[in-house]
Amino acid sequence: MAGSSTSYYFVIIGTKDNPLYEAEFGSFKQGGDGIPKFREEQRHMNQFIAHSSLDCIEDQQWASKEMYLKTVDKFNNTWVSCFLTGGNIKFLLVHDTRSDEPIRQFFADVYDLYCKTLMNPFYEVNMAIRSQTFDQKIKAAAKKYL
Amino acid sequence: MNRDPSPFRTASTASTATSPTPKYANLTASTNLRYSLTRKSIYDRHLNRTKTSELSKSAFAFLFGEMVQYAQKKVYGVQDLEKKLNLHGYAVGQRFLELLLWRDGRTAKRETRILGILQFISHQLYRAIFQKQADTLEKVRENEDEYMISDNDPVVNTYISVPKEMSQLNCGAFIAGIIEAVLDGHCFPAKVTAHTAPNEMWPGRTVFLIKFEPEVLEREALRVGS
Repeated sequence: MAGSSTSYYFVIIGTKDNPLYEAEFGSFKQGGDGIPKFREEQRHMNQFIAHSSLDCIEDQQWASKEMYLKTVDKFNNTWVSCFLTGGNIKFLLVHDTRSDEPIRQFFADVYDLYCKTLMNPFYEVNMAIRSQTFDQKIKAAAKKYL
Repeated sequence: MNRDPSPFRTASTASTATSPTPKYANLTASTNLRYSLTRKSIYDRHLNRTKTSELSKSAFAFLFGEMVQYAQKKVYGVQDLEKKLNLHGYAVGQRFLELLLWRDGRTAKRETRILGILQFISHQLYRAIFQKQADTLEKVRENEDEYMISDNDPVVNTYISVPKEMSQLNCGAFIAGIIEAVLDGHCFPAKVTAHTAPNEMWPGRTVFLIKFEPEVLEREALRVGS
Protein backbone atom coordinates (compact mmCIF):
# COMPACT_ATOMS: atom_id res chain seq x y z
CA MET A 1 0.00 0.00 0.00
CA ALA A 2 3.01 2.30 0.40
CA GLY A 3 2.45 4.15 -2.85
CA SER A 4 3.20 7.71 -3.76
CA SER A 5 0.00 9.03 -2.18
CA THR A 6 -1.87 7.84 0.86
CA SER A 7 -5.32 6.29 0.98
CA TYR A 8 -7.99 6.50 3.63
CA TYR A 9 -10.82 4.26 4.75
CA PHE A 10 -13.56 6.05 6.69
CA VAL A 11 -16.45 4.45 8.56
CA ILE A 12 -19.15 5.64 10.97
CA ILE A 13 -20.05 3.10 13.65
CA GLY A 14 -23.34 3.22 15.57
CA THR A 15 -23.96 2.54 19.23
CA LYS A 16 -24.45 -1.18 18.64
CA ASP A 17 -21.15 -1.50 16.77
CA ASN A 18 -23.09 -1.42 13.52
CA PRO A 19 -21.69 0.42 10.49
CA LEU A 20 -23.75 3.43 9.34
CA TYR A 21 -21.66 4.74 6.50
CA GLU A 22 -18.35 3.89 4.85
CA ALA A 23 -16.16 5.44 2.20
CA GLU A 24 -12.68 5.18 0.74
CA PHE A 25 -10.70 8.05 -0.56
CA GLY A 26 -7.17 8.91 -1.61
CA SER A 27 -5.16 11.96 -0.73
CA PHE A 28 -5.26 15.11 -2.82
CA LYS A 29 -2.10 16.37 -1.14
CA GLN A 30 1.23 16.14 -2.94
CA GLY A 31 -0.31 15.81 -6.37
CA GLY A 32 -2.61 12.94 -5.41
CA ASP A 33 -5.71 12.36 -7.54
CA GLY A 34 -8.10 11.48 -4.70
CA ILE A 35 -8.54 7.92 -5.87
CA PRO A 36 -7.97 5.28 -3.17
CA LYS A 37 -4.97 3.07 -3.94
CA PHE A 38 -5.85 0.12 -1.71
CA ARG A 39 -4.88 -3.26 -3.06
CA GLU A 40 -7.82 -5.60 -3.37
CA GLU A 41 -6.87 -7.71 -0.32
CA GLN A 42 -6.30 -4.57 1.75
CA ARG A 43 -9.86 -3.38 1.31
CA HIS A 44 -11.46 -6.01 3.52
CA MET A 45 -8.49 -5.85 5.90
CA ASN A 46 -9.47 -2.22 6.52
CA GLN A 47 -12.82 -3.37 7.80
CA PHE A 48 -11.15 -5.88 10.11
CA ILE A 49 -8.73 -3.26 11.40
CA ALA A 50 -11.53 -0.79 12.06
CA HIS A 51 -13.59 -3.46 13.77
CA SER A 52 -10.78 -4.63 16.03
CA SER A 53 -10.04 -1.07 17.11
CA LEU A 54 -13.49 -0.82 18.70
CA ASP A 55 -12.18 -2.64 21.79
CA CYS A 56 -9.31 -0.16 22.12
CA ILE A 57 -11.78 2.71 21.90
CA GLU A 58 -13.92 1.24 24.65
CA ASP A 59 -10.81 1.16 26.83
CA GLN A 60 -9.78 4.70 26.05
CA GLN A 61 -13.11 6.46 26.02
CA TRP A 62 -13.24 6.55 29.82
CA ALA A 63 -9.74 7.90 30.26
CA SER A 64 -10.35 11.12 28.35
CA LYS A 65 -13.16 13.64 28.05
CA GLU A 66 -12.08 14.69 24.58
CA MET A 67 -14.25 13.74 21.65
CA TYR A 68 -11.26 13.39 19.34
CA LEU A 69 -9.26 10.46 20.68
CA LYS A 70 -6.49 10.79 18.06
CA THR A 71 -4.91 7.49 17.01
CA VAL A 72 -6.38 4.67 19.04
CA ASP A 73 -4.85 1.62 17.39
CA LYS A 74 -2.06 0.56 15.07
CA PHE A 75 -1.77 -2.50 12.85
CA ASN A 76 1.44 -2.93 10.84
CA ASN A 77 1.68 0.32 8.94
CA THR A 78 -1.89 1.47 9.35
CA TRP A 79 -3.25 3.69 12.10
CA VAL A 80 -6.80 4.10 13.28
CA SER A 81 -8.01 7.54 14.35
CA CYS A 82 -11.26 7.95 16.22
CA PHE A 83 -13.76 10.68 17.01
CA LEU A 84 -16.41 9.78 19.55
CA THR A 85 -19.60 11.85 19.67
CA GLY A 86 -21.67 12.52 22.79
CA GLY A 87 -24.24 9.98 21.63
CA ASN A 88 -21.53 7.30 21.41
CA ILE A 89 -21.32 7.28 17.62
CA LYS A 90 -17.79 6.55 16.42
CA PHE A 91 -16.09 8.04 13.39
CA LEU A 92 -13.12 5.87 12.42
CA LEU A 93 -10.44 6.67 9.90
CA VAL A 94 -7.90 4.04 8.82
CA HIS A 95 -4.82 5.72 7.38
CA ASP A 96 -1.17 5.03 6.64
CA THR A 97 0.43 8.35 7.54
CA ARG A 98 0.19 10.13 10.87
CA SER A 99 -1.28 13.62 10.85
CA ASP A 100 -3.47 14.51 13.82
CA GLU A 101 -4.52 18.05 13.00
CA PRO A 102 -5.94 17.61 9.47
CA ILE A 103 -7.83 14.55 10.67
CA ARG A 104 -9.28 16.54 13.57
CA GLN A 105 -10.54 19.15 11.12
CA PHE A 106 -11.97 16.46 8.89
CA PHE A 107 -13.80 14.88 11.83
CA ALA A 108 -15.17 18.28 12.86
CA ASP A 109 -16.75 18.62 9.42
CA VAL A 110 -18.11 15.09 9.59
CA TYR A 111 -19.64 15.84 12.99
CA ASP A 112 -21.37 18.87 11.50
CA LEU A 113 -22.80 16.71 8.71
CA TYR A 114 -23.80 13.96 11.11
CA CYS A 115 -25.66 16.43 13.35
CA LYS A 116 -27.53 17.74 10.34
CA THR A 117 -28.48 14.20 9.38
CA LEU A 118 -29.75 13.65 12.90
CA MET A 119 -31.90 16.80 12.72
CA ASN A 120 -33.94 15.10 10.02
CA PRO A 121 -37.05 13.81 11.84
CA PHE A 122 -37.16 10.78 9.56
CA TYR A 123 -33.67 9.72 10.54
CA GLU A 124 -33.16 7.79 13.74
CA VAL A 125 -29.98 6.99 15.64
CA ASN A 126 -28.24 3.88 14.27
CA MET A 127 -29.95 4.05 10.88
CA ALA A 128 -27.65 3.66 7.88
CA ILE A 129 -26.93 6.99 6.17
CA ARG A 130 -27.78 6.67 2.48
CA SER A 131 -28.10 10.29 1.49
CA GLN A 132 -26.14 11.15 -1.63
CA THR A 133 -25.74 14.73 -0.46
CA PHE A 134 -24.11 13.44 2.73
CA ASP A 135 -21.77 11.30 0.65
CA GLN A 136 -20.81 14.23 -1.57
CA LYS A 137 -20.19 16.51 1.39
CA ILE A 138 -18.03 13.91 3.16
CA LYS A 139 -15.92 13.53 0.03
CA ALA A 140 -15.62 17.31 -0.25
CA ALA A 141 -14.41 17.48 3.36
CA ALA A 142 -11.89 14.72 2.65
CA LYS A 143 -10.63 16.63 -0.37
CA LYS A 144 -10.25 19.76 1.73
CA TYR A 145 -8.31 18.30 4.65
CA LEU A 146 -6.82 14.91 3.78
CA MET B 1 -33.83 -0.85 3.41
CA ASN B 2 -37.19 0.35 2.25
CA ARG B 3 -38.29 1.28 5.75
CA ASP B 4 -36.13 4.37 5.56
CA PRO B 5 -38.59 7.16 4.77
CA SER B 6 -35.85 9.74 4.42
CA PRO B 7 -36.67 12.49 1.96
CA PHE B 8 -33.18 11.98 0.62
CA ARG B 9 -34.02 8.54 -0.64
CA THR B 10 -32.80 8.10 -4.17
CA ALA B 11 -35.26 8.31 -6.99
CA SER B 12 -34.75 4.70 -8.08
CA THR B 13 -36.38 3.38 -4.92
CA ALA B 14 -38.94 6.14 -4.76
CA SER B 15 -40.26 5.61 -8.26
CA THR B 16 -41.13 1.98 -7.60
CA ALA B 17 -43.51 3.07 -4.85
CA THR B 18 -46.42 5.39 -5.49
CA SER B 19 -45.15 8.15 -7.68
CA PRO B 20 -44.64 11.35 -5.71
CA THR B 21 -46.56 14.47 -6.57
CA PRO B 22 -44.56 16.36 -9.17
CA LYS B 23 -45.05 19.64 -7.37
CA TYR B 24 -42.79 18.70 -4.48
CA ALA B 25 -40.62 16.10 -6.11
CA ASN B 26 -38.35 17.71 -8.57
CA LEU B 27 -36.48 14.76 -10.02
CA THR B 28 -33.36 15.59 -11.92
CA ALA B 29 -31.56 13.02 -13.96
CA SER B 30 -28.12 14.31 -13.09
CA THR B 31 -28.17 13.75 -9.33
CA ASN B 32 -31.15 11.45 -8.86
CA LEU B 33 -32.16 13.39 -5.76
CA ARG B 34 -35.45 14.79 -4.64
CA TYR B 35 -35.30 18.42 -3.65
CA SER B 36 -37.68 20.73 -1.87
CA LEU B 37 -39.06 23.71 -3.74
CA THR B 38 -36.14 25.87 -2.69
CA ARG B 39 -33.76 23.13 -3.85
CA LYS B 40 -32.06 23.24 -0.46
CA SER B 41 -31.46 20.16 1.63
CA ILE B 42 -31.03 19.87 5.38
CA TYR B 43 -27.27 19.92 4.80
CA ASP B 44 -27.41 23.50 3.51
CA ARG B 45 -28.85 24.88 6.73
CA HIS B 46 -26.51 26.11 9.39
CA LEU B 47 -26.96 24.34 12.72
CA ASN B 48 -26.78 27.62 14.63
CA ARG B 49 -29.60 29.21 12.68
CA THR B 50 -32.14 28.55 15.41
CA LYS B 51 -29.74 28.84 18.33
CA THR B 52 -31.12 32.10 19.68
CA SER B 53 -34.63 31.97 18.28
CA GLU B 54 -37.43 31.38 20.73
CA LEU B 55 -40.72 29.56 20.45
CA SER B 56 -43.80 31.28 21.77
CA LYS B 57 -45.21 29.60 24.84
CA SER B 58 -48.68 29.35 23.36
CA ALA B 59 -47.42 27.57 20.27
CA PHE B 60 -45.49 25.17 22.43
CA ALA B 61 -48.47 24.59 24.74
CA PHE B 62 -50.70 23.87 21.76
CA LEU B 63 -48.26 21.45 20.13
CA PHE B 64 -47.53 19.70 23.39
CA GLY B 65 -51.23 19.43 24.20
CA GLU B 66 -51.86 17.89 20.79
CA MET B 67 -49.02 15.47 21.35
CA VAL B 68 -50.44 14.31 24.67
CA GLN B 69 -53.89 13.88 23.11
CA TYR B 70 -52.44 11.93 20.22
CA ALA B 71 -50.50 9.68 22.56
CA GLN B 72 -53.58 9.16 24.71
CA LYS B 73 -55.56 7.69 21.84
CA LYS B 74 -53.08 4.86 21.47
CA VAL B 75 -52.63 3.67 25.03
CA TYR B 76 -54.46 1.67 27.70
CA GLY B 77 -53.51 3.40 30.92
CA VAL B 78 -51.62 6.13 32.65
CA GLN B 79 -48.39 4.15 32.80
CA ASP B 80 -48.62 3.38 29.12
CA LEU B 81 -49.23 7.03 28.33
CA GLU B 82 -46.22 8.13 30.36
CA LYS B 83 -44.12 5.57 28.54
CA LYS B 84 -45.29 6.99 25.22
CA LEU B 85 -44.45 10.54 26.28
CA ASN B 86 -41.10 9.30 27.51
CA LEU B 87 -40.40 7.85 24.06
CA HIS B 88 -41.30 11.14 22.37
CA GLY B 89 -38.90 12.92 24.70
CA TYR B 90 -36.23 10.31 24.07
CA ALA B 91 -36.10 11.16 20.37
CA VAL B 92 -35.76 14.85 21.22
CA GLY B 93 -32.99 14.15 23.74
CA GLN B 94 -30.92 12.09 21.33
CA ARG B 95 -30.86 14.98 18.88
CA PHE B 96 -30.44 17.73 21.43
CA LEU B 97 -27.42 16.07 22.98
CA GLU B 98 -25.44 16.02 19.75
CA LEU B 99 -26.57 19.51 18.81
CA LEU B 100 -25.47 20.95 22.17
CA LEU B 101 -22.06 19.31 21.97
CA TRP B 102 -21.65 20.42 18.37
CA ARG B 103 -22.33 24.00 19.42
CA ASP B 104 -19.57 23.79 22.04
CA GLY B 105 -17.12 23.34 19.17
CA ARG B 106 -13.56 22.52 20.16
CA THR B 107 -14.30 22.81 23.86
CA ALA B 108 -16.94 20.08 23.74
CA LYS B 109 -16.39 17.38 26.34
CA ARG B 110 -17.89 13.98 26.82
CA GLU B 111 -18.81 13.47 30.46
CA THR B 112 -17.35 10.30 31.92
CA ARG B 113 -18.52 10.53 35.54
CA ILE B 114 -22.00 10.28 37.04
CA LEU B 115 -21.80 13.65 38.75
CA GLY B 116 -20.46 15.32 35.63
CA ILE B 117 -23.27 14.09 33.41
CA LEU B 118 -25.94 14.97 35.98
CA GLN B 119 -24.58 18.50 36.25
CA PHE B 120 -24.49 18.74 32.46
CA ILE B 121 -28.19 17.84 32.40
CA SER B 122 -29.34 20.13 35.19
CA HIS B 123 -27.28 23.10 33.96
CA GLN B 124 -26.39 23.18 30.27
CA LEU B 125 -29.14 20.98 28.90
CA TYR B 126 -31.88 22.48 31.04
CA ARG B 127 -30.79 26.01 30.21
CA ALA B 128 -30.65 25.27 26.50
CA ILE B 129 -34.21 23.94 26.50
CA PHE B 130 -35.99 26.03 29.15
CA GLN B 131 -33.64 28.99 29.63
CA LYS B 132 -33.22 28.21 33.31
CA GLN B 133 -31.36 25.69 35.37
CA ALA B 134 -33.07 22.80 37.07
CA ASP B 135 -33.94 23.80 40.62
CA THR B 136 -32.20 21.06 42.55
CA LEU B 137 -29.97 18.08 41.96
CA GLU B 138 -29.94 15.63 44.84
CA LYS B 139 -28.88 12.12 45.67
CA VAL B 140 -31.42 9.75 47.18
CA ARG B 141 -30.04 8.97 50.61
CA GLU B 142 -31.45 5.46 50.93
CA ASN B 143 -30.39 4.18 47.52
CA GLU B 144 -26.91 4.26 46.11
CA ASP B 145 -28.08 4.21 42.49
CA GLU B 146 -30.77 6.91 42.56
CA TYR B 147 -30.58 10.64 41.94
CA MET B 148 -33.24 13.34 41.70
CA ILE B 149 -33.47 16.43 39.57
CA SER B 150 -36.36 18.71 40.46
CA ASP B 151 -38.15 21.46 38.59
CA ASN B 152 -40.43 23.75 40.62
CA ASP B 153 -42.67 24.62 37.71
CA PRO B 154 -42.04 22.56 34.56
CA VAL B 155 -43.23 24.42 31.48
CA VAL B 156 -44.71 21.24 29.97
CA ASN B 157 -47.23 21.05 32.81
CA THR B 158 -48.23 24.71 32.82
CA TYR B 159 -51.28 24.29 30.59
CA ILE B 160 -52.07 20.65 31.28
CA SER B 161 -54.89 20.01 33.71
CA VAL B 162 -54.96 16.37 34.65
CA PRO B 163 -58.43 14.82 35.12
CA LYS B 164 -59.17 13.27 38.54
CA GLU B 165 -59.23 9.68 37.31
CA MET B 166 -55.71 10.08 35.95
CA SER B 167 -54.23 11.80 38.99
CA GLN B 168 -51.13 9.62 38.69
CA LEU B 169 -50.18 11.21 35.38
CA ASN B 170 -47.34 13.68 35.12
CA CYS B 171 -46.60 14.96 31.62
CA GLY B 172 -43.07 15.68 32.81
CA ALA B 173 -42.52 12.14 31.49
CA PHE B 174 -41.60 13.96 28.29
CA ILE B 175 -38.69 15.72 30.00
CA ALA B 176 -37.78 12.46 31.73
CA GLY B 177 -37.42 10.95 28.27
CA ILE B 178 -35.06 13.74 27.22
CA ILE B 179 -32.93 13.14 30.33
CA GLU B 180 -32.92 9.40 29.73
CA ALA B 181 -31.72 9.85 26.15
CA VAL B 182 -28.83 12.08 27.23
CA LEU B 183 -27.78 9.57 29.90
CA ASP B 184 -28.05 6.68 27.44
CA GLY B 185 -26.05 8.60 24.87
CA HIS B 186 -23.19 8.99 27.30
CA CYS B 187 -23.33 5.26 28.20
CA PHE B 188 -25.02 5.76 31.56
CA PRO B 189 -28.09 3.58 31.01
CA ALA B 190 -30.80 4.58 33.47
CA LYS B 191 -34.54 4.65 34.06
CA VAL B 192 -35.94 8.15 34.47
CA THR B 193 -39.45 8.78 35.76
CA ALA B 194 -41.37 11.96 36.55
CA HIS B 195 -43.23 12.32 39.84
CA THR B 196 -45.39 15.11 41.19
CA ALA B 197 -43.96 16.28 44.51
CA PRO B 198 -45.70 19.51 45.58
CA ASN B 199 -44.61 21.68 48.47
CA GLU B 200 -46.19 24.84 50.01
CA MET B 201 -44.44 27.15 47.59
CA TRP B 202 -44.73 25.13 44.41
CA PRO B 203 -47.90 23.06 43.88
CA GLY B 204 -46.66 21.84 40.49
CA ARG B 205 -43.19 20.78 41.57
CA THR B 206 -41.96 17.76 39.63
CA VAL B 207 -39.14 15.43 40.55
CA PHE B 208 -37.29 13.39 37.95
CA LEU B 209 -36.09 10.20 39.58
CA ILE B 210 -33.01 8.75 37.90
CA LYS B 211 -32.23 5.12 38.65
CA PHE B 212 -28.97 3.94 37.11
CA GLU B 213 -28.41 0.38 35.93
CA PRO B 214 -26.03 -1.60 38.19
CA GLU B 215 -23.20 -1.66 35.61
CA VAL B 216 -22.91 2.13 35.77
CA LEU B 217 -22.14 2.06 39.49
CA GLU B 218 -19.78 -0.85 38.98
CA ARG B 219 -17.82 1.13 36.40
CA GLU B 220 -17.83 4.23 38.58
CA ALA B 221 -16.38 2.21 41.48
CA LEU B 222 -13.59 0.93 39.23
CA ARG B 223 -12.76 4.47 38.16
CA VAL B 224 -12.42 5.63 41.78
CA GLY B 225 -9.90 2.87 42.44
CA SER B 226 -7.70 3.74 39.49
